Amino acid sequence: MKERTGTTGLVFNEPLLWEMGRTGRSGMSPPPRDVEPAEVCEELQGKGPDFPDLSEPEVVRHYTRLSQWNFGVDSGMYPLGSCTMKYNPKTNERQAARKGFASAHPLLPDELSQGALRLMAELERCLAQITGMDAGTLQPAAGAQGELTGMLIIHRWFENRDDRRTKIIVPDTAHGTNPASAALCGFRALAARSGPHGILLPETIEELMDDETAGVMVTNPNTLGLFEENMEEISRIVHERGGLVYCDGANMNALMGLVDMASTGIDILHLNLHKTFSTPHGGGGPGSGPVMVRKELEPFLPVPRVVEDESGALRLSENHPLSIGKVHTFYGNFGVMVKALSYILSMGPNLKRASELAVLNANYIKELLKDTYHLPYDRTCMHECVFTDALQQSYGVTTLDISKRLMDYGFHPPTIYFPLVVKGALMIEPTETESKETIDTFIESMRSIAREAREEPDLLLNAPHYCKTERLDETGAARKPCLAG
Amino acid sequence: MKEISELLFPDDVFYAEDHEWARLDGGVITVGINDYAQDQLGDIVYVELPRVGDTFEKGEEFGTVESVKAVSELYMPVGGEIVAVNTDLEDSPELINQSPYGDGWLIKVKPDDETEIEELMDKETYLAMLKEED
Repeated sequence: MKERTGTTGLVFNEPLLWEMGRTGRSGMSPPPRDVEPAEVCEELQGKGPDFPDLSEPEVVRHYTRLSQWNFGVDSGMYPLGSCTMKYNPKTNERQAARKGFASAHPLLPDELSQGALRLMAELERCLAQITGMDAGTLQPAAGAQGELTGMLIIHRWFENRDDRRTKIIVPDTAHGTNPASAALCGFRALAARSGPHGILLPETIEELMDDETAGVMVTNPNTLGLFEENMEEISRIVHERGGLVYCDGANMNALMGLVDMASTGIDILHLNLHKTFSTPHGGGGPGSGPVMVRKELEPFLPVPRVVEDESGALRLSENHPLSIGKVHTFYGNFGVMVKALSYILSMGPNLKRASELAVLNANYIKELLKDTYHLPYDRTCMHECVFTDALQQSYGVTTLDISKRLMDYGFHPPTIYFPLVVKGALMIEPTETESKETIDTFIESMRSIAREAREEPDLLLNAPHYCKTERLDETGAARKPCLAG
Repeated sequence: MKEISELLFPDDVFYAEDHEWARLDGGVITVGINDYAQDQLGDIVYVELPRVGDTFEKGEEFGTVESVKAVSELYMPVGGEIVAVNTDLEDSPELINQSPYGDGWLIKVKPDDETEIEELMDKETYLAMLKEED
C-alpha cells in the first residue's frame, strides 16, 4: 500500500469559551457615549446573559482550533451510506453569497423580489423535469420534513374525498424516518418485508393493501442500494385499491436523468437538495427537502406558492383553499435553493453522467471488496453497497471496530448497523466526486483492515489511534450524558 | 458478539419470536429480553416501559430498549395488565446486559389467559428458530 492518507499532526486541546478569558476582557471597543445616560425601567432590568470575556485572537484561535478537529468532505472521502456526501462545488457558495440573494429580506414585496421568485420557479421547474413529476414545493427544510409534508398531502387528499384510511405500508428497506412521518399524520405503519433479493415484491403489497390503507412509502433506490424494479406493478396494485404511492427520493443521486420517476407510477416524491444537488450537508443544516407531486395532488401543496400572472410577473400566492398550509417560515431555506440551482445549471445534461459515475463507483467498490467482506446481496447495486462483518466475527472484530479503524486510514467511517435488515451492516456510498485514485486507496485500506483483523485484532478493537480523541465511551456518554456547557 | 452456544437459555422460561422471555409464577408472568437479544443489542443505555395499570394484547408493543447501536421495540409475549415495572432500569439499564433473566426483568403482567404462555416456544424450539435465522 502507498503511504496512508491519515497521519499524526499537532492539534490543540481547547477548553470551553467560558473556561477561558478574564473578567472585563473584550474583543471590541464600543464608540464613546454621546447621549445622556437614561434610566432603564425596573421590569426590563435583570441579570445579563453569561457572555465569556474574551479578546478577538482568543475567539479566532478557539474556532480555528475546533475546525482543525473536524473532518469534512473538503478534507477527505466521506463514504457515509444513504447520505450522499458528495463534494459541494464552490461556485454554489459564490452564487448564494451574491448580495441580491444573500441580503434579500423575506418581507420585501413581490415586485421587489422578482429575481428570488424567478429562481424558485426555475428550480421547481428543473426538479420537475429531472423527476418527471408535475409540480412541487421547495418549502420543507429537510428530508424528514419533506416526508411529513408528503404524508400531510396524502392525508388531506383522502380527507377531501371523505375516505378515511388509517394505515400505510412501509417496507423494511425504507429510510428510518418514514414510519415516524406517517405516524405523525395518524397513519399506522405496516411493515412489509423485502423479498429474497432485497427488493419489494408485488405479492407482498397485494397481501397488505386494502381499502383502509392509504398507500405505500417506498425508498427508491432502497437502503440496500438496490433499485426497486417492481414499482410499476406495485403502483398499479396500490392505485387499483384507491391508494397513493409515496417515494422517498433521498437516494436520487443514482437516478438523475436516468429514470423518469413519474413513469414508475409514484404520486409523490421528496428530494434532498443537500444530498443529490450538492448543497452542504454538515452541522445539522440548513437542508432542503422539496416535495414533487402529480398534478392531481398539486392543489394540496403548501402555501405560499410561486405563481406567474398574465404579465409574466411572479408573486407568492396564498389562495389555494385545499392546501395543507405552511410548513416553514417564509419560504424554506432560500440560500440552499440558490446553491442547488447553481449546481443543476452548471451541470446541465451532465447530471446524468454524475449519477452514472456514482453507480459505477459503488459497483467498483462492491466488486473489489466482496472477497474481503461478506456481501449479503450480490447483485448490481445503485449508488451504495452494503457489506457485513460476518467474515471478521470469528476474530472477535465487529462492524464498529472496522469503521473506527478506517479513521486511522484517513477516511470518514461508512454508515454502520443500517439498514436494520442486514446484521452488522457497513453501508458504503462513495459518490461520483471521488477520483479512481482515492477510491483505490479506500479499497486498499479496507483490505488492509481485514488483514489486521486476522493478524492483530487489537489494532481494531482499540481504534482509532491517530485521531485527536481515541475510542470514546459511547455507552457511558449515553447512560450518563453531560449536557452542561 | 457471542456464539449462540456461549449464551444462556434457562429451561424455566418460555421464549417469544421477538426474543422476549416469559416466566409464570403464582398467576403473574414476568417478562424480559433474552441473552441473545441483549448480546445482539450490545450495551443498553435506555429503556422505556409502560405504566402499571396499562393493558396490552399479545404481540402489542409495550416499550423500547435503546442500545448504542439501535432502538428496538418490545412486544407482549402474552396479553394482560401491567402490574409492575422494573424501575431499577431507569438508572441502571445495564442490568439487562448483566442479568437478563434476573435483575434485568422488564415488566410483570397479570395475564388475561394464563395458558397463553404455553403458545410460546420452549428452549429447544427457540434455539432451532435462532439457528434457522442465522
